[in-house]
Parts: sequence; structure tokens; C-alpha cells
Amino acid sequence: MYGTGKVLIGILIFILAFTSPILINMAGGKASVKANPVLPQSGKCIESKEYMKGYHMEMLDIWRDKVVRQDIRFLKKADGSYYMLNGAKAEMSLTKTCMSCHDNKAKFCDECHNYLDVNPYCWDCHIDPSLAKKGVTK
Amino acid sequence: MSIDRRKFLLITGGAAAAGLAGKQTLKVFAESEARKSEGFSGRRWAMLIDLKKCNETEGCTKCIDACHLAHNVPHYDNKKDEIKWIWKEKFEHAFIEQENEFIPSDIKNKPALLFCNHCENPPCVNVCPTQATWKRKDGIVMMDWHRCIGCRYCMAACPYGSRSFNWREPRPHLKELNPEFPTRTRGVVEKCTFCDERLAKGMKPACVEACPSKAMIFGDLEDPNSEIRVMLGSNFTMRRKPELGTQPEIYYII
Repeated sequence: MYGTGKVLIGILIFILAFTSPILINMAGGKASVKANPVLPQSGKCIESKEYMKGYHMEMLDIWRDKVVRQDIRFLKKADGSYYMLNGAKAEMSLTKTCMSCHDNKAKFCDECHNYLDVNPYCWDCHIDPSLAKKGVTK
Repeated sequence: MSIDRRKFLLITGGAAAAGLAGKQTLKVFAESEARKSEGFSGRRWAMLIDLKKCNETEGCTKCIDACHLAHNVPHYDNKKDEIKWIWKEKFEHAFIEQENEFIPSDIKNKPALLFCNHCENPPCVNVCPTQATWKRKDGIVMMDWHRCIGCRYCMAACPYGSRSFNWREPRPHLKELNPEFPTRTRGVVEKCTFCDERLAKGMKPACVEACPSKAMIFGDLEDPNSEIRVMLGSNFTMRRKPELGTQPEIYYII
């Protein structure tokens, strides 16, 4: 190959420049941008953090089908008893159950969704309770 | 490991039989859970409206207001954009072919209260290409707004004009917001669902509760002792456009 040495050096410089953000992060030991969802101070979620991280969207999809299409509304534990929320049976509802604890959409939901560049359209219809409190409709 | 044909057939046949039996049991469980409605359970929901009582107060819109607030139904000044779950209409428009020139004026001039008829044989359900609207076992013609693609076949099929289409983004047109119930988006059809979300919690529909004259009676037609059955048995009632064979579940005392 003509000018092998120069080409190889050029390729090396290109790779270093292209991967510099990753290399700097590796050297510094931390990523500069990181999703940091704010968790509620108290209370226990119905599922583990790991499960929710990976499968909350699938769970919500199952809830939706149960509630809307089968008219099964309330959330059951593995032993068949109902989850209770503020003295009433907890509904399979994003806004009424999940967001009664995770009440800050911007700091909880959006934090990861923005980081991953996913754009779920749940809130096109379902109402963020914190916005509703302020009387904001959009 | 060697296996002869006889053994192979026994093993596979046994496994298939066990699998089938298991699936069947699961299905039975799933069905019994689905049928066991947790709240206000009925087998054939219907509504009876006494138009005399309904028109006791001139210009009363309490049921409409309660419904539209509960379900985040937007208000538009332009009639073309109108979204309605309950509305009032002239007798001659509501009961086409029932009117004649000698109808008592208090009937002719007073409005009738109209909703989705939750037909026994709903034409809207037959035409929906995505099963976004379907007939529930308890008679409610239900809507799943997640599935609606806004084709408006149902609106063309419905002979009662019970369905409205969101031509615009509805949220900016809501005066008050009920966070308990979702809004819709642009491009979705909506209508009355007999307050399925309230029935599930053991409550009657919002309009029935809001009516100051108790003109609306909601109940289960399969229960011969229910108030609605007693009223239907002792009063002459009418339904809208019965000749179409849709079998509406909204009955009127004129």
C-alpha cells in the first residue's frame, strides 16, 4: 500500500478522536450525562427496581388490556389479596396508582425517557397529576 | 438412549394431552375472573328516561355538565367540532317518523335527552376494523381509545349520531380537568360508555346521579325485580328508530 505508515497513523488519530468522549469518561470514571430519576422518599413499590426498570412498559400494557378490555380493575398480590392505597383497593392505573407515589413526571418518568430518547404517548391522554393540581391542561 | 416408536408416541401423546388439559383449566380460570365484575355487576345494562320528569326544569343541563366534566369532554363554540356524550334534541329529530302535526305541544317543543343507545345489535361494532369498539358481556358498547385509528366507520354506521370525532386537540378546549379520567387526542372517536369506570367501583353513571328530578333510571334488564324492569313493565316506553333492528337499550317514557 502506498504511504502505509501515514495512513495507519491517520486511522489511529481518527479512531482516537471519534472515541474520545468514551475514552475520557473511562479515564474520568464517570459519564458526564446520566439519567437520574428521583425516587419517592417513602413507600414500597409493587415490584423490584430491576423488574420495573426492564418491564414497567409491559406491565402497563397488561394493565391496560385488563382494565379496558376485561373490566378487571384492581391490583392483586400473588396471594390473591388486593393491594391497598390510601384505604381503598389500588387500581391498575398509571396516574392513580403509580403516579400517586411517583408524583413528579419530569424528575421520574422523563428523566430516563429523555436519556434513552423514547417518547411514550401515555400522557397525550392520561393526565399528569402534578399538572392537574396546578390547573394546567397541557 | 434408544427409543422405539411405541414409547415415542406414548410420550408425545401424553405431553400433548397434559398441555391441552392445562390450557383448558387456565382458560376457565381466566374467564371466571373476567366475569366476576368487582363492583356493580349486571348482565344487561339499560337506561330509562322519563321525559316528563326530565323537562320539569326548563333548560336543565346538570346531567350533561356532570358527564362532560367527569369524562373531560371538550367544549367547542363551533358546532362542527362538537363533542357530545349526552345531548338534547327536538322530539321530531330524536324520534323520526313518530312525529305528526297533532302531537301535544309540550312534547313537540320540549327536548329529548339522547346518548349512545348501547344497542343489543350495534352496527358500529360490526364495522370497526380494529375492534376499538365492542360489545361487552354486560351490554355496554365499549370503546378502547388506545386502539381507535380514527377511520370514523363507526360514526357512519351509527344511526343515532351518538359518536363524535376529535377534529382538534381536545385539551386546550377543556375548561376544567378531571385528573381521574384521561382526555382523548386528535383523531379519535368518542361516545358515552355508560360510565364503565364508575360501575366498576359500585357507583351509578354520573348523569343518573346528577339528575335533580330523578328522571333517569339505570339498571339490569336481566333482573326482573330491578327498578328499571318494574318501570318498563308498568309504563309504555319508546325506543329510537326501533325499525332498524338495533335493539337500543335506552328507553323513553314520553
